[in-house]
Amino acid sequence: MAKKPLGPVRRAFAPWENPEQQPFIEFRNVTKRFGSFVAVDQLSLKIYQREFHALLGGSGCGKTTLMRMLAGFETPTEGQIFLDGQEITRIPPHRRPVNMMFQSYALFPHLNVEKNIAFGLKQDNLPRSDIKRRVDEMLALVKLEAFAKRKPHQLSGGQRQRVALARSLAKRPKVLLLDEPLAALDKKLREETQIELMNLQEELRMTFLIVTHDQEEAMNLADRISVMNSGHILQVATPGEIYEQPVSRYVADFIGDINFFECKVTGCRPQNGGASITLHSEELGNEIKVKAGHPRMIGDAVTFAIRPEKMRISFEKPLDPSLNTIKGEVWDIAYLGDVSIYHIKVSQGHIVRTIVANTTRLVERPISWEDKVWLSFDAEAGVILSQ
Amino acid sequence: MTKNRKMQNSHHGRRRSWTLIAVPYLWLSIFFLLPFLIVLKISFSEQVLSIPPYAPQMDWSAGWDGFKAMVSHWSLDNYLWLTEDELYLSAYLSSLKIAAIATILTLLIGYPMAYSMAKAPKGLQPLLLVMVILPFWTSFLIRVYAWIGILKNEGLLNQFLQMLGVIDEPLIILNTNIAVYIGIVYSYLPFMVLPLYATLEKLDNTLIEASQDLGCPPSKTFWRVTFPLSKPGIIAGCFLVFIPAVGEFVIPDILGGSETLMIGKTLWVEFFSNRDWPLASAVAVVLLVILIIPILLFQRHQRKSGEVLT
Ligand SMILES: Nc1ncnc2c1ncn2[C@@H]1O[C@H](COP(=O)(O)OP(=O)(O)OP(=O)(O)O)[C@@H](O)[C@H]1O
Ligand SMILES: [Mg+2]
Repeated sequence: MAKKPLGPVRRAFAPWENPEQQPFIEFRNVTKRFGSFVAVDQLSLKIYQREFHALLGGSGCGKTTLMRMLAGFETPTEGQIFLDGQEITRIPPHRRPVNMMFQSYALFPHLNVEKNIAFGLKQDNLPRSDIKRRVDEMLALVKLEAFAKRKPHQLSGGQRQRVALARSLAKRPKVLLLDEPLAALDKKLREETQIELMNLQEELRMTFLIVTHDQEEAMNLADRISVMNSGHILQVATPGEIYEQPVSRYVADFIGDINFFECKVTGCRPQNGGASITLHSEELGNEIKVKAGHPRMIGDAVTFAIRPEKMRISFEKPLDPSLNTIKGEVWDIAYLGDVSIYHIKVSQGHIVRTIVANTTRLVERPISWEDKVWLSFDAEAGVILSQ
Repeated sequence: MTKNRKMQNSHHGRRRSWTLIAVPYLWLSIFFLLPFLIVLKISFSEQVLSIPPYAPQMDWSAGWDGFKAMVSHWSLDNYLWLTEDELYLSAYLSSLKIAAIATILTLLIGYPMAYSMAKAPKGLQPLLLVMVILPFWTSFLIRVYAWIGILKNEGLLNQFLQMLGVIDEPLIILNTNIAVYIGIVYSYLPFMVLPLYATLEKLDNTLIEASQDLGCPPSKTFWRVTFPLSKPGIIAGCFLVFIPAVGEFVIPDILGGSETLMIGKTLWVEFFSNRDWPLASAVAVVLLVILIIPILLFQRHQRKSGEVLT
């Protein structure tokens, strides 16, 4: 799988942590209504220069609408949009230094590959030789030199997608918008293209805003992710934070697999900067010890969330008293090749999912159906979410 | 086993596609090719005073010999005559000119109409379509006659303009080529608008957005995207107007004057006034050839450029 090369430069890139830093793109209290339907609701978002930002969310949550407002195809009903310190809320699309790669590619069927790529450059009245050079550069970038004279209908889906990418990059826009650019590609091609996109962004030092509803793609590509739901942004954070410290049940559930337990706070004491909290779960019939970022009121109803891979599974009850332990029985095993997902039935009939890496090539799993087992996890493995 | 099935399937499919193609071909042979062959045959004969007014006739009772006898009497005299009298050449040229100018005018008026129809709210479009087709519900002849009332010296148009004080003397429009242009543009406008509307209506709006996104203001977008992509509609519309307009008889006869020279009128005179069926047939055959050549050239060009315009 493509993983971002976490070089030293990468790690240092976190302009959003610097309060002095001016955002490159800013949505300020933007609302978009279609008739009485609110597609984007009082939304504010700051994106920084050279950031690779992903909009993630379910179908119809307003991702495309947000992007189209940035490109200029929709005008916000309320609020303002800024780009590079300038308000662009009402500037028509052809005067915005923003280019979009359309989900349907929107290649001009009457023009060949070369002319499609040159389309925007011609409009800028560049000298012919400059256009030619830039087009050749773009063709080389997307490795389509041999296809320059073909018409779009003579290309494969993947090739078309690369032409669309080249065309949207040709003008060196300040911001590149990508609306589900890879949705039409098969898994392998998609992963290859993801790597290409990341390299491109590194190389061209542009700001990228990508819409996707593939969470893996978002995690893989983006510096930061905005998780959206019905016109709101629920959380803006790095992929790691979104995964490990989701702020709400919706975010936690949307990204990756997770177990939820309804709990009551039974104890809370401060502990070096955070709090050591005890929860009681009716469903588990168990106490859970949690190290949390901030304290909770005793008696509050909360949700405890824990990812399957954060739990261990064993025949014997672990001796370490700092671990949380839950007794259960193996209900089902899903073998996925690299890992197996164990469905464990805990005392109240509740099912808990946990992941075990298949480190041996044994076909027989050592832990099997109906085995009595113990689940264990430490106090930092899960998070407490307000309900 | 599966292979066998597949072969059967493709066999079946091929047979079906053949019957599908055969229908229009059959239609064309019965209603176009056959009449054309008859006209072609008459054009090789000569005028006589009899019913029908041409000779030789095929002697069916003599069979093959009768056919041979008929062919031996055929001649190209009528075609030679067409080249000898300058009237015909100028009638052809004048028809082509009038049809071409009228086609361009129809395009200039029809394109904005089709464009605004395609841009109109979706709910309104069926109504607009009906309005374009509505004139077809009254007789073509009556509609052309109605234009006499509008265009004549004391007609509606002149009265209106005089009332406004734009002109003092009535404009002489009726019985001139201008009236013929008006008549053709008016009568054939739906044939231009409908194919144009059909192409413009299915034009993908994201292409327009892509063009604007790449920096083209709306006017440039029209010339660089919308217009080239509506080419199939323009071509279809122009053919649909130009071809019948070249052979048009009714409009020049009713609205045109003595200066209006059109091959349709010539043909009418030869056929009905002079009862010279063979010459009239030759005129018709030559007209067909003149019209078919540009269509064939165009098709060759289309195939060569390998464009899939639909
Ligand atoms: N032009 C429009 N008129 C009316 N409603 C619209 C219009 N465009 C979008 N909407 C509505 O706004 C909401 C958000 O649409 P949007 O296209 O932004 O969703 P999305 O997040 O991109 O979804 P998807 O992942 O399915 O592409 C949807 O409920 C949609 O029906
Ligand atoms: Mg969308």
